Amino acid sequence: METITSIKPLLAVLVSLLVTPLLVSSRTPNVREAWTFVAAIAKFLIVLSMLPTILKGTEIVYTVAEFLPGAAIKFRVDSFGMLFALVSSSLWIITTVYSIGYMRGLKEHSQTRYFCFFAIALSATIGVAFSANLLTLYLFYEILSLATYPLVCHHQDHEARSSGRKYLLYIVGTSIGLALPAMLISYNLAGTLEFGNQGFLAGTASKPLIGLLLFMFIFGFAKAAIMPFHSWLPAAMVAPTPVSALLHAVAVVKVGVFSVVRVLTGVFGTDLLLSFDLGSIILVVCSFTILVGSLIALSQDGLKRMLAFSTIAQLSYIVLGIGLLSPKGLTGGMLHIAMHAFGKITLFFCAGAIFVATGKKNISEMIGIGRRMPITMGAFFIGALSITGLPPCGGFWSKWYLLLGSLEANQMAIVVVLLLSSFLNACYFMPIVYKAFFCKPEDSLFENKVREAPVCCVVPLVITAVISIVFLFYPEPFLELATMTVSRIMGVQI
Amino acid sequence: MGDLLQIIVAKYNYWIYITLMMIGLYAMIGKNNLVKKIVGMSIFQTAIILFYVSIGVKKGATIPILEHGHGEHGHSAAALIVHAVDYVNPLPHVLMLTAIVVGVATLGVALALAIKVHNRFNTLEEDEILAQIREK
Amino acid sequence: MSQQYPALLIIVPLLSALLISITGWINKRLCFPIAVAALAVSAYSCIGLLLRVVDEGVIVYRLGGWDPPMGIAYYVDHLNALVLVVVSVVALINLIGSKKSIELEMPGKTAPFYALYVLQVTGLLGVVVTGDAFNLYVLLEITALSGYAMLAMGDDRAPLSTLNYLYIGTIGACFYLLGVGYLYIVTGSLNMVDIANILPPLYESKAVLAAFIICLVGVWLKMAFFPLHAWLPNAYTHAPSAASSLIAPLVTKVMIYVMIRLILTVFTPEFTFNILAISEPIVWLAVVAIFMGAILALAERNLKKMLTYIIVAEVGYMVGGAWLGNRLGMTGAILHIVNDALMTLCAFMVVSNVAYKLKGYAFDDLKGLFRKMPFTMGAFVVAALSMIGVPPTCGFFSKWYLISGAIQSGQYAFMVALLFSSLVNVVLFFRVIEICFYEPFSDHHGHGHDHHAEPMAEAPVSMLVPLYVVAGGLILVGIYTSDIVNYVIEFAIPKSIL
Repeated sequence: METITSIKPLLAVLVSLLVTPLLVSSRTPNVREAWTFVAAIAKFLIVLSMLPTILKGTEIVYTVAEFLPGAAIKFRVDSFGMLFALVSSSLWIITTVYSIGYMRGLKEHSQTRYFCFFAIALSATIGVAFSANLLTLYLFYEILSLATYPLVCHHQDHEARSSGRKYLLYIVGTSIGLALPAMLISYNLAGTLEFGNQGFLAGTASKPLIGLLLFMFIFGFAKAAIMPFHSWLPAAMVAPTPVSALLHAVAVVKVGVFSVVRVLTGVFGTDLLLSFDLGSIILVVCSFTILVGSLIALSQDGLKRMLAFSTIAQLSYIVLGIGLLSPKGLTGGMLHIAMHAFGKITLFFCAGAIFVATGKKNISEMIGIGRRMPITMGAFFIGALSITGLPPCGGFWSKWYLLLGSLEANQMAIVVVLLLSSFLNACYFMPIVYKAFFCKPEDSLFENKVREAPVCCVVPLVITAVISIVFLFYPEPFLELATMTVSRIMGVQI
Repeated sequence: MGDLLQIIVAKYNYWIYITLMMIGLYAMIGKNNLVKKIVGMSIFQTAIILFYVSIGVKKGATIPILEHGHGEHGHSAAALIVHAVDYVNPLPHVLMLTAIVVGVATLGVALALAIKVHNRFNTLEEDEILAQIREK
Repeated sequence: MSQQYPALLIIVPLLSALLISITGWINKRLCFPIAVAALAVSAYSCIGLLLRVVDEGVIVYRLGGWDPPMGIAYYVDHLNALVLVVVSVVALINLIGSKKSIELEMPGKTAPFYALYVLQVTGLLGVVVTGDAFNLYVLLEITALSGYAMLAMGDDRAPLSTLNYLYIGTIGACFYLLGVGYLYIVTGSLNMVDIANILPPLYESKAVLAAFIICLVGVWLKMAFFPLHAWLPNAYTHAPSAASSLIAPLVTKVMIYVMIRLILTVFTPEFTFNILAISEPIVWLAVVAIFMGAILALAERNLKKMLTYIIVAEVGYMVGGAWLGNRLGMTGAILHIVNDALMTLCAFMVVSNVAYKLKGYAFDDLKGLFRKMPFTMGAFVVAALSMIGVPPTCGFFSKWYLISGAIQSGQYAFMVALLFSSLVNVVLFFRVIEICFYEPFSDHHGHGHDHHAEPMAEAPVSMLVPLYVVAGGLILVGIYTSDIVNYVIEFAIPKSIL
């Protein structure tokens, strides 16, 4: 594998961090938002400028400080990290537009704090994506946990307080209590923390110890919301909607999943998992989360809470894809990071737009809302299709690959789980869309003519919905990045 | 029994200092009055000074002052050799001069603090002071 | 000039302490500049010494030109050069940062306070630099006496709690002195290196064993190692802010240094780890210390007192790390001396800023503090993260070494204790942060507006700048951990420890 050294990864991480003093010192909200935009676009461009190099099969590395042999603060941009960085940095731009519309539309307090911590959270997200080893990943993982705390608790009321407690308890508790010791034990076993194509733990420990480490890592990165460590996510929905949208559908939860995937492939290695037959444990845990998450989502009335449970289920698809330990399964899992991100952020944007325009939070209050907000509900429909995995949306690709992967791995039970889950997805999404458009409004609020949320809220959700459709016809570059990663890891061409 | 007696007699200086130390320690832990505790502390320190002084002692040795200094000429080389056996070891005594100074300073600070406590609470009995603090 | 650094770093502050108390009668305003200048010279000498040691290796300085073992020699090796820098820099930064707070809390007593402050630093530096076991006792008492005087200048309860500290401190010092006495009986020397050379044939002697245990207990008393910690929380809580932010970071850490010096130089690792075979019980004791410190801290509803219990737990970290008996653990313990001094300094400086602006530092007083003192709280968050052990702050890296050491020697209880303490620290600090962040709740449920909030009332810039120097230091030291370990600590630990 060819590598080049470049400071670009560091820049991509730092750009949003360095902008925070400017945000704090900005005199007017307009200047502040302008700086956020500059940072978001700069970040995206830096990430994008590395894409051609990555697609050529070259990796970009940059070492900040060597702490111990094999455990430096070091960045390495590979195809998988690129995939994730591309998703989160592009969505940050869109979310910034949306945030402006949402925060101003509701006249929220402490907007400067909000934008600052948002920027820091994005720095940490990109940092995780570009980590070359477990130490760096852990570092940015922790920064992300703490940077999102003020965002989750933005409203500073009693509800935010108890949710914030839950959030910290689950996220920081598991990372210090499980992931940190697992990392230290791994380091003591292998003498390195550098992610390898086939991991670094192979041949260093017995099956029980490897199994224990696997358990500690999977549940230690609780941001992946694998049951039973999932309940922070619905609680975190007290945050303003842009936070839920970008962080709790894309950045934070995907960081969790990304970390788990990185650990499974780069620390354990697929061969080791295969030889110890540990993939089936992952499959069981993930299938359980998928089905139970979807079932709980069915029973929810709060729109954002419903989306949260849907997210919990969808996140496990990604880990499940890795757990299949087959090339197509891995591809599907990684691809789902991108596809789910665009679909779910659309849905969250819609929930926020409805809240800004009408103040409604519950599904039961949204009967007939399609007459008043047709664009929003149209986008909601597309997002829902993408999550369910139906054409004409990008979500179809990832589910297709996951199905192929489970056939490839001869896991017929997983095929059933996937199909059942898609059915459940349709069950909880489609009634909302149906009632929105075809039922007679019970609320006089919806009887008048079309009145959408502010433009800043509507445009982003239209964009993400359109992109979701575009992905069906043009899943590049994400598909290519995913297949590149898989062929590098498994040593096979797909 | 005879052995034990022998040990006690042979190393009587240790037994004395340990006894003194324990008396001091008891006063510091068991007494309620702050000044009595300070007294205990002084006994404790003095016990250790005694211990140091006693370890410099040698049987049949004299005070460590050289009778003939280096200035005297004309004597044989043998006369110039100092027989350490003849003198008690001066170093522990010198050390204890410093320790005594430290002890006095500690005592001074402790008494000053006791006066401050008395000014504030009008008593030196620890339980009464704690009761006053709890009442607030 | 640079040949005289070991002497300068003691003599300059010692003489200036005298000078300050004299100047105090003439012009009070001159005291502060003199103190700062004296400590700056010390800090400069210490840093110069550290650089020289890194360059040239161990430096031996004979006071007055007398050769050891007759005269007193100062040995400066990698270990104490590092601790010297920590002590002098922490003292200097804290002095600059607490000028306003000293003037507010002790009007009319500033001159004696500065004199005591400088004297205290003299003592601490002396303890670290000296190579003579008895000299160490004297300097220990200089430190302690000036410390008692400063601590007693605090609130109403300060004299009583200081008096309790004085009893325990004196017992501790006396125990140490007694231990040195036994060492002197068997070796006839007071010079640490000399003792180490004479001891090997005597390792089996009961007197050496007694000397070691007695010294160790004395040092433990002084460092507040659980269960000998009872004096610490009250003494530090009721003290003036400036005094507690000097003494809390440094005194316990210097005592840890003394313990490590006893282990490494005086008694040699071979004796302490191989012949004595008491490592395991002591590590268990450290485990208990960490657990108890964390649990007792949980029970507190007062910021400063909570921090004092965290110190008790942190002492457990370092004692445990040093007694793991392997290189990683020892590295962690030494690194944690540096890190914990900075972390504690940062936290206590925050407390002194808070005390400067608010009535007190009980949890109830802290409501809405993020709005009132955003910059101070920013530094508090950094200190909290470091104590929790979040990278890239320095607290993470020393914890890394300590846990690695625990894994290597199979002391999993110690690992669990460290993780437990990290988790408890999360609870402790986020409980404070929560109080500062949420309350008072705004009138509009969920959507507060800026104009309801209290106006900002931040501490003066002269207190904030040093605070931020320390907070930045926490992150910088974290990032440059590898340099500290590779160039300094690596050489501070004898090769015999693997």
